[in-house]
Amino acid sequence: MKFTLSWLKDHLETDAAIDQIVEAMTMLGLEVEHVEDPSEKLKAFSVARILDAQPHPNADKLRVCQADTKDGRKEIVCGAPNARAGLVTVYAPIGAYVPGSGITLEARPVRGVVSNGMLCSGAELELDADADGIMELSDDLAIGIPIADALGLSDAVIDFEVTPNRPDWLGVAGIARDLAAAGLGKLKTKAILPVPGRFGSAIDIFTDDASACPVFAGRMVRKIKNGPSPDWLQRRLRAIGLRPRNILVDVTNYLSYDRARPLHVYDADKITGAIRARLGRAGESFKALDGKTYEVTPEMCVIADDARVLGLGGVMGGEESGCSDDTVNVLIESAYFDPLRTFQTGRATGINSDAKYRFERGVDPGFVVPGLDLATRMVLQLCGGEASDMIVAGDIPEGPRAFAFDPDRVRTLAGMNVPAAKSRTILRALGCDVNQDSEAAKRFLVQPPSWRADLQGPADLVEEIARVAGFDELPAAAPPALASGRRPPSSVGESRLRIARRALAAHGYLECVTWSFCARAHAQAFGGGADALVLANPIASDLDCMRPSALPNLLRAAQKNADRGFPDARLFEAGPAYRHDGDDGQVRTIAAIWKPAPKRSWRNPGPPDLFDIKADCLQLLETLSAPVASLQTSAAAPAWWSPGRSGALKLGAKVIAHFGDLHPRALRAIDVEGPALAFEIFVDELPAPRARPTRAKPALEKIDLMPLSRDFAFIVDDRVAAADLVRAALGADKALIADVTLFDVYRGAGVGEGKKSLAIEVTLQPKEKTLAEGDIEAASNAVVAAVMKATGGALRG
Amino acid sequence: MDAATTDIPALERDLLARIDQAGDEQALEMLRVEALGKQGLVSGMMRMLGAMSPDERQRMGPLLNGLKDRVGEAITVKKAALAEAALEAQLRASAVDVSLPGPRAYPGAIHPISWVMEEIAAIFADMGFVLEEGPDIETDFNNFTALNFPPKHPARDMHDTFFLAPDVSGERKVLRTHTSPVQVRTMLKQEPPIRMICQGRTFRKDSDATHTPMFHQTEGLVIDKTSTMADLKGVLMGFVKAYFEVDDVVVRFRPHHFPFTEPSAEMDVRCDRSGGVLKIGQGQDWLEILGCGMVHPNVIANCGLDPNEWQGYAFGMGVDRLAGLKYGMPDLRDYFSGDVRWLKHYGFSPFLLPGLAQGL
Repeated sequence: MKFTLSWLKDHLETDAAIDQIVEAMTMLGLEVEHVEDPSEKLKAFSVARILDAQPHPNADKLRVCQADTKDGRKEIVCGAPNARAGLVTVYAPIGAYVPGSGITLEARPVRGVVSNGMLCSGAELELDADADGIMELSDDLAIGIPIADALGLSDAVIDFEVTPNRPDWLGVAGIARDLAAAGLGKLKTKAILPVPGRFGSAIDIFTDDASACPVFAGRMVRKIKNGPSPDWLQRRLRAIGLRPRNILVDVTNYLSYDRARPLHVYDADKITGAIRARLGRAGESFKALDGKTYEVTPEMCVIADDARVLGLGGVMGGEESGCSDDTVNVLIESAYFDPLRTFQTGRATGINSDAKYRFERGVDPGFVVPGLDLATRMVLQLCGGEASDMIVAGDIPEGPRAFAFDPDRVRTLAGMNVPAAKSRTILRALGCDVNQDSEAAKRFLVQPPSWRADLQGPADLVEEIARVAGFDELPAAAPPALASGRRPPSSVGESRLRIARRALAAHGYLECVTWSFCARAHAQAFGGGADALVLANPIASDLDCMRPSALPNLLRAAQKNADRGFPDARLFEAGPAYRHDGDDGQVRTIAAIWKPAPKRSWRNPGPPDLFDIKADCLQLLETLSAPVASLQTSAAAPAWWSPGRSGALKLGAKVIAHFGDLHPRALRAIDVEGPALAFEIFVDELPAPRARPTRAKPALEKIDLMPLSRDFAFIVDDRVAAADLVRAALGADKALIADVTLFDVYRGAGVGEGKKSLAIEVTLQPKEKTLAEGDIEAASNAVVAAVMKATGGALRG
Repeated sequence: MDAATTDIPALERDLLARIDQAGDEQALEMLRVEALGKQGLVSGMMRMLGAMSPDERQRMGPLLNGLKDRVGEAITVKKAALAEAALEAQLRASAVDVSLPGPRAYPGAIHPISWVMEEIAAIFADMGFVLEEGPDIETDFNNFTALNFPPKHPARDMHDTFFLAPDVSGERKVLRTHTSPVQVRTMLKQEPPIRMICQGRTFRKDSDATHTPMFHQTEGLVIDKTSTMADLKGVLMGFVKAYFEVDDVVVRFRPHHFPFTEPSAEMDVRCDRSGGVLKIGQGQDWLEILGCGMVHPNVIANCGLDPNEWQGYAFGMGVDRLAGLKYGMPDLRDYFSGDVRWLKHYGFSPFLLPGLAQGL
């Protein structure tokens, strides 16, 4: 919202400079966006009088004018048809920048005659769209005065934002009240005297729905003469960005900004029968002042006469019942419309009017009648005519309730020391009625004013007192000691993500943070895309679904990097994936991808493959204290992983991770060129660390006896998983076998069709005594037997 | 050979000279056998000692023993020297061009958002704040109603909320527009006193250089019986000093409106923007950095606590913006693009620790 300094001074007697006013507004909670001084851009322009205007010797449409200016007499070439002797107009000297045409004036000949400056139109000064001729100013203006002064445009315009809790700030008078309370000056808003009626209104007024429109006040003014508003009113409206239209419309706009009181004026001669506020009916429609036709619904509050809908209450009036210059008899409406319904009507229709903006935030119910009197008085003053009696249909809604307030709350809640007497003064300056509570000596009984529906309890008053007394007075206290002992500052899951970030970054992966959403088609390619996770109002069609995994977003990021000329990306994200919309539907994941570029190397190491990414995955799991030795590897990864070249790491029934090559079809679905390796760890599935009574670690068990190792090769069926063989060997003698490492896989001659040879090294760790040959023999036999039983294989001869 | 008649010094000179000239280990071994082997020269002469007169033996014994020791020592020394030379030669033969590249190194880095969230959490952890968590997909109650946004109220519109499709019961989940629902969850599950922060992803339907549809917040909540806005100011000043690493900081509380706090304020810090570099703590400009206030009695009541018994404060800040202010990252949209150039440039080493002990 905007207002001007001079407008503020209608309500506030103050000598404060604009800077002080802006600072005070800021510290009262009004966010000032900027202050514009319109005289700044007009400072080169001044008032001049044309003394003589002769036809240009070389051009029919040009005139050579002699003008009396602040720089003395100047010869100026002018093309305006209204350039004539005696005209008082605008002069711009050589060197002036003309904002409307974007040029800086130079002294140069125009068709052979040098022009020593310029006579300007309103458009050239950006004051007016109209460029038919140079400005025609009042004859009585002194030659040479700045044009901003001549036009009354030296008034600073303050543009600010109003928080939704303060509809009273949507009127200049409301801002003046707060500034006065804060000591910036004296409130001088004039009292409103009732305007007596001269006749009974010919139009009856009703309100049919007490919740949608609890009160509808109106009165007629007849035999008026509408027309352009006086200069002062036009200037005010223009200064805050409103276009003056005619007196009746301008008065309603003026009071909307002056008193936060929206009004509507109907042409009484276009109303059929009575006028009433009621709910809309299906099938009704009306043509609004914006020229558009709106369908009315039963949720909307309409103003209707006996024949048709005239407008949407509190939102926008209708074109057909609107006022024109020819209007003679009017009905002025001042009503209270339900904020919520007004808001919803605004949203349903897309209309965003000044009236709607105020009604949806809640106008002052106590100002319905005074506002109507004020409007009536202005119309009578500016248009003449006579006013009818006022009709008030319905009941004025009750304002905020009175409540008890202990002024010591300012200290105990805000931590500020404001004396009770000062608190009382502040509350009164804001319009509250403050009395001593009869029940407790030191307590106040506070009745907030009708325009402060936001003051509902002691905390609200503490805020009022604190902000008016000034937050500058707020001391900073040292945080008090903890009442209880410390707990670990973050959860196990969160700590694991932090560790994972460090581990992966140290291992050459770049951490990304990508959107929690992705395209639904992408989600579907990675096992997601359920209806429950689709956004009803996505910001873009390719961000319309909660991601089932960070993988598609990471892969897309890698592809975009490749498209920019940076292939070979190793990226990860430690963040959420979404399974369903319930409380436990969000899971913590660590997703990592490696989209290797085909790189040549003089060492010929071969391209990275799924075993590289598997190793990274396992190393990370190890770092996260996962029971890596207990994990079972299976080839059963979901559909977006490449069959036969991907796997799952499980702990019992729980899937801890997937790893491997991504399925070319999944990559194609998200428009990513393969191959791409990845893993995804489901952090919440990792067992919680065992709770220990102390931080002390168990004693180190160090055995002095030398471990020894034996190699075995088995011929097994090609389908046998190496991990099964290794697990069988490990389990053959749990007391003795410390490690089993698979070191060779061989297919081909000597092994047989459909078979392979797997070679393992088994490490035996004696614990109590050096192993005798017999012990080793027994352990070896156990390994062979266990492997044969588990895999159906045989020892290689 | 007759020991008595042999010129032992000459023999020694001869043997030592030949040892010195031995070209390889094999030649040296032959020399050892010739001199010290069972049938060797020195051994032969030593055997004759037994046939000598005591006087002669007295004279010849030490001479021969000395000869044996010195020849043996010379052979050992020479043998070691030959082995060293052989190793050197072998190594020289296997020399490579060490300027050839090794396997490709991949640079890794931690994303600035993660880093800054850890920094912030570390500062508040030091003040006794515990990190609480909650989901990104929230109920309307937790995100709005409990926080004193009445149903259908226009204030909800200011949040540009993302909605999910309504479920069978007609309930429409939202993507949380702030992390405040975690405060609600904490108050609902935990008896005060409460001193918590929460961090994470938040969502609003907005996109330009300073707004992204997903962003991050850190919020704090203290609920007890005595905390005031002055305590809030103290905590936040402590935070600003630690986060921006300045000893002195001037802040101001500016009244504002949030449905969930009363009184409400935004906190500005003094800053200097001259020269295109932002300096916190000095200068003539104000920089808005967070919103805060005393928890609204309605919120306390909505979370099952008695507002006549409990009070406290809450604050919330935009992590992405704070990260940008501290580390000079201008466009928020870059944060989420996964551009490796940006990640390498603005990312953090995994070997640094964002904590008060190391310095942030």
